[in-house]
Amino acid sequence: MATDSTLTMSTPLTAVRLVPTDAFLRRRHLLDRTMRVVLFLAAAVSVLVTAGIIYVLVSESVKFFAQVSIWDFLTDTQWTPVFQDKHFGIMTLLSGTLMSTLIALAIAVPAGTILAIYLSEFARPRVREVIKPFLELIAGVPTVAFGYFALLFLTPIFQKFIPGLATFNLLVPGIVIGIMILPYIVSVSEDAMRAVPDSLREGAFALGFTRLQTGLRVVVPGAFSGITAAFLLGMSRAVGETMVVAVAAGQQAKIAGNPLEGAATITSYIVQLSMGDLPHDSIAYLTIFAAGLTLFLLTFAFNLLAFWLRRRYREAY
Amino acid sequence: MSTPGLSSSRFDGYSEARLLKRAKWSDGLFAVLGLLVLVATLLVLGALVADFINDGASRIDGDFLTSYPSRRPGSAGILSAWVGTTLVMIVTAALAVPLGVAAGVYLEEYAPKNWVTEINVTNLAGVPSIIYGLLALGLFVQTLAMGQTILVAGITLALLILPILIVATRESLRAIPQDIREASFGLGADQWQTVSGYLLPAARPGILTGAIVGLSRAIGETAPIITIGALTYIAFLPPSPVSASPPFVNFDWLNSPFTVMPIQMFNWVSRPQAAFHENAAATGVLLLGMTLLMNGFAIYLRYRLRRTVRT
Repeated sequence: MATDSTLTMSTPLTAVRLVPTDAFLRRRHLLDRTMRVVLFLAAAVSVLVTAGIIYVLVSESVKFFAQVSIWDFLTDTQWTPVFQDKHFGIMTLLSGTLMSTLIALAIAVPAGTILAIYLSEFARPRVREVIKPFLELIAGVPTVAFGYFALLFLTPIFQKFIPGLATFNLLVPGIVIGIMILPYIVSVSEDAMRAVPDSLREGAFALGFTRLQTGLRVVVPGAFSGITAAFLLGMSRAVGETMVVAVAAGQQAKIAGNPLEGAATITSYIVQLSMGDLPHDSIAYLTIFAAGLTLFLLTFAFNLLAFWLRRRYREAY
Repeated sequence: MSTPGLSSSRFDGYSEARLLKRAKWSDGLFAVLGLLVLVATLLVLGALVADFINDGASRIDGDFLTSYPSRRPGSAGILSAWVGTTLVMIVTAALAVPLGVAAGVYLEEYAPKNWVTEINVTNLAGVPSIIYGLLALGLFVQTLAMGQTILVAGITLALLILPILIVATRESLRAIPQDIREASFGLGADQWQTVSGYLLPAARPGILTGAIVGLSRAIGETAPIITIGALTYIAFLPPSPVSASPPFVNFDWLNSPFTVMPIQMFNWVSRPQAAFHENAAATGVLLLGMTLLMNGFAIYLRYRLRRTVRT
């Protein structure tokens, strides 16, 4: 903090420092002050981004909700903003989003937990060092490439085994999203597991626990809040995942009940509408902000909860 | 499995031995299960790469790189797309790297610990990319009327990867021993001299890793660019940044319409004809090649960094 000025103001050092007369020191002091402000402004940008996101989403959504009641938005079971007979039931899009997210979690939660336990309790450090980079590579693959993979590689294969599977469906994109969020879930939950002190493990081994017993009964309960946070963060990513569903899940907005059929999600709807050329004062244009606000609130809630849980396990040990 | 070996050992030695055997057996079984999941995951990555190479590698040639998109799939190329990607990445890197590093330095070295900024950065990192697209659409394209230009796309992607750079900068600053700071202050350096003379050079490899990971994410990002309305047919190049006559450099290209590789790929994969899918796969091979190489390089840097710190 402002140590320089307090020193020069109140202590006998003033005479020694010669701040006002020495040009070099004065320049140096000025640079220090300036850079402090510059760095502060850069940090302020990141706060402004959040503010900007909230401002844009809320201000456009307010215009939307001036024309459509929130009750209709939440309870209508049809979504037809560009038709003559307009309906704005977000539940249609939300059901598609939730369906693909649930399928993704059904893959990523068990696989992620097994992998995290394996990496933190079973694998030798050398093996772990080699494997983790490969998992990170999965996180680096562009999402549109995963979309292509889901539509043109996995879906035809799955269709051979599952007769009623449509070309555009929620099942395969859901599975692909599960694989996409897997590295993330593994790295966050393994992080939490490794934060469990070794003394607890040693105690368990001394009592005759095997590695698996130690993992399941000591490490997993000890890292529980961190592992839950990993699931929440994965869930937040799955909800916001866009390109896989935009490519491979179809664009039909309906209540998604059958994963073998396609359905639009919040994200794929935003993409679909952005591709068209809508007049910017139309109600259809405003719908993407209302849908975006819904998405933002969902992911914000998950992220906040995960933040709180992760902080808790950091404090615990 | 609900009773651990200890509790039943009181009763008879036979069941104790059996329990022990079963526990060891399930231990081995889990190790196999873990390996299986691991192999399955890596197989998916392998299948993805193989599928792209199989579908698209043969389509990549000089013509593909030097042709504009076309209605005829056989003569379509990605010239405007890769030029667009390059220019957008220049803008993104020029904005995100200094901004992210500066913000990271401020949050780690200057600002008092503050839960508002902590939550802000964690939350920003988790905001879906398409929301950044909506921000850009509402703010830059609509309110500020900047149009669907390279500049807007570059800014949008820069904001998107800002949290990655902030987190990378903070983590590498945090890894620097406190002694360095104390020694610097002890020699009479002020805070900026400490940051610029000692901390940033020491944090450079970590920051570089973050920058590479962030940019590779930006290269593959599709959704926010579609959202600002840039999914259009572009069969021309932006004005050249350099020219033969003075002033040699100009910035007209910043305000040019554009397309980028992931957008071009999405466009082609959304069409029903298989011939366009081949073009999409070819674009995908190039995209995958770039992002995997960048990520691989970042991983290598991190690995080397960890080794030097340890010794």
